[in-house]
Amino acid sequence: MLEIKNLHASVEGKEILKGINLTINPGEVHAIMGPNGSGKSTLASVLAGREEFEVTEGSVTYKGIDLLELAPEERAREGVFLAFQYPVEIPGVTTTNFLKTAVNQVRESRGEKPLDAVSFLKLMKEKMKLVDINQSLLSRSLNEGFSGGEKKRNEIFQMAMLEPALSILDETDSGLDIDALKIVADGVNTLKTKETATIVVTHYQRLLNYIVPDFVHVLLNGRIVKSGTKALALELEDKGYDWIKEETAAV
Amino acid sequence: MSKDDQILEEFTSKEYEHGWSVDFEADEAPLGINEDIVRFISTKKEEPEWLLEWRLKAYRRWTEMTEPTWPNVKYPAINYQGIRYYSAPKQKKNPKNLSEVDPELLKTFERLGISLQEQKRLTGVAVDAVIDSVSVATTFKETLSELGIIFCSFSEAVKEHPDLVKKYLGSVVPYNDNYFAALNSAVFSDGSFCYIPKGVRCPMELSTYFRINAANTGQFERTLIVAEEASYVSYLEGCTAPQRDENQLHAAVVEIFAAKDAEVKYSTVQNWYPGDRNGKGGIYNFVTKRGICDGDNSKISWTQVETGSAVTWKYPSCILKGDNSSGEFYSVAVTNNHQQADTGTKMIHIGKNTRSRIVSKGISAGKSQNSYRGQVHILKRAENARNFSQCDSLLMGDQCGAHTFPYIDVENNSAQVEHEATTSKIGEDQIFYCQQRGIDEESAVALIVNGFAKEVMNKLPMEFAVEAQKLLALTLEGSVG
Repeated sequence: MLEIKNLHASVEGKEILKGINLTINPGEVHAIMGPNGSGKSTLASVLAGREEFEVTEGSVTYKGIDLLELAPEERAREGVFLAFQYPVEIPGVTTTNFLKTAVNQVRESRGEKPLDAVSFLKLMKEKMKLVDINQSLLSRSLNEGFSGGEKKRNEIFQMAMLEPALSILDETDSGLDIDALKIVADGVNTLKTKETATIVVTHYQRLLNYIVPDFVHVLLNGRIVKSGTKALALELEDKGYDWIKEETAAV
Repeated sequence: MSKDDQILEEFTSKEYEHGWSVDFEADEAPLGINEDIVRFISTKKEEPEWLLEWRLKAYRRWTEMTEPTWPNVKYPAINYQGIRYYSAPKQKKNPKNLSEVDPELLKTFERLGISLQEQKRLTGVAVDAVIDSVSVATTFKETLSELGIIFCSFSEAVKEHPDLVKKYLGSVVPYNDNYFAALNSAVFSDGSFCYIPKGVRCPMELSTYFRINAANTGQFERTLIVAEEASYVSYLEGCTAPQRDENQLHAAVVEIFAAKDAEVKYSTVQNWYPGDRNGKGGIYNFVTKRGICDGDNSKISWTQVETGSAVTWKYPSCILKGDNSSGEFYSVAVTNNHQQADTGTKMIHIGKNTRSRIVSKGISAGKSQNSYRGQVHILKRAENARNFSQCDSLLMGDQCGAHTFPYIDVENNSAQVEHEATTSKIGEDQIFYCQQRGIDEESAVALIVNGFAKEVMNKLPMEFAVEAQKLLALTLEGSVG
């Protein structure tokens, strides 16, 4: 589904990603771990198409197409979803209204008719159950005055509504207490299918107790320096990142 | 070119949609202004002597006045002798109903998206359309007259209801009120007149559409709304003008009189031609709008969505004379490219327990300048007066400006006056967030801007709200910061 080859990216002339290689197949969950500043969030942003990051080398192929050629909204319409680390507030725009615009633009791009108010509401009701989110939250201005947990849950709700093929969760666990973490993880697990893939970007292995990865990659200084299974994440929790740093330095 | 500039560039490249003109045979006055022109207009309109005298008084006063320089706008000096003060599209006598109106003229309105027929049939909105200077068609007259409501062109009102016109004309905005009001009083050519009798609730929205068509023509219309005791009316006003290289002057006056327990809602969607991207051409929109809450418990509410005009100078105001009367001002002003707007309101509290509420949303893009100017004046006898003002500015890009000039004068200690102001920028973060959900950039801007302006948009009558939303999106297409 996704093939990243030798990806280099920089921001304001400073190179952050220094040759990432990663292949993701449908049905897989990949965890990207690493200390602060290792480039985890940059990788998520580059995949979603944030323009402040400049790709200087390498390629990203998604479902056979050159992902880097697409505008952010085109990537979204092709099924790439990013759950933001810091969801953005849009005053005066309700989540419902926001999602209606989004869902219908995505449908339009696929040559489908926009959903009318009734069908849209029906779809919303259905998805609300999936991620256990309250209707009242959806009629408030998008993310405005939401608690950390509400924001993250809202991200997962949006994911449910948009039914992406590739979901990237950028530090979705940050700022969540254990209950909120469980709810968010449940949502992600419910939405997972054999056709969809998930990239979980996280600093801690805590989230991986709930969203169990097939593969764990350690990102250090802009490169994937170690890959393994869930066991690697546990080892990291146990020993921290320093031993990998030393190991890498020794090579 | 940075990302911001680039988006801005795309955004600002949208052309004005209503920039076409139609060739009518027009009945015109020569260029320029003098007493003879004033007489010419008055004669053309077969006016009574008192009105001619009133016009002449206004003209003489105007010649002694100077153009105001205090607004935060810049424009080259206006050559008042280069303007045509009267231009009537020629048509066979006065139309009795729509079928007698020049079909070309009706087509014009259809292109504007306001087919009178359509409006008449579908929305039940009564429309008075003023093209260049003359009111061409008033729909729904019969239905209204059964309730005793008078809704007609100003000229017709002068002929049919001279006593009412004489009583109220200039009672809220005197002929010598300010430079542009004086000019309007001297040369106004038409407009709308609306009278709601005691205890009547007008069952439909009354609506006026203004359009400047002929070149070198100024538009000076006058609207007079009188709401008698315990009556209610909601009034809509819309405007467009063709795209021309030279600037055109629009100096209108709107007067509202609200008696005891009466309520008047006045909504405007202003989309005069704003000039091209380099600031060439466009309408100078210098308008005086004022209402008086004359009786106790009366209420006047102004709602405006201002997207057009090269230069706007406009302060819809309320004089809260009656006890317990209230005034509201809800405004969205959008400026793009080289547009300049200096707009706001005045709330003059005279009566006891008077209330006023001001919500102003300014959106600036391109190289435009957007100023809010508002005055809240609590007079000595206005016990327990209250005002709440909120002024929010949204900036797109870093070449535009937003300014706030609040003036607060309080002469009574029991008053409560609140003023809140915020300034924000549409962030790349917000746009990116929308894009990541599959929403393209233009729709993202429209979404964010409409969210920002929501509180005001919600005050518009349904028929107008949709149009206004589209207009906001259109005016700002592509603009981000």
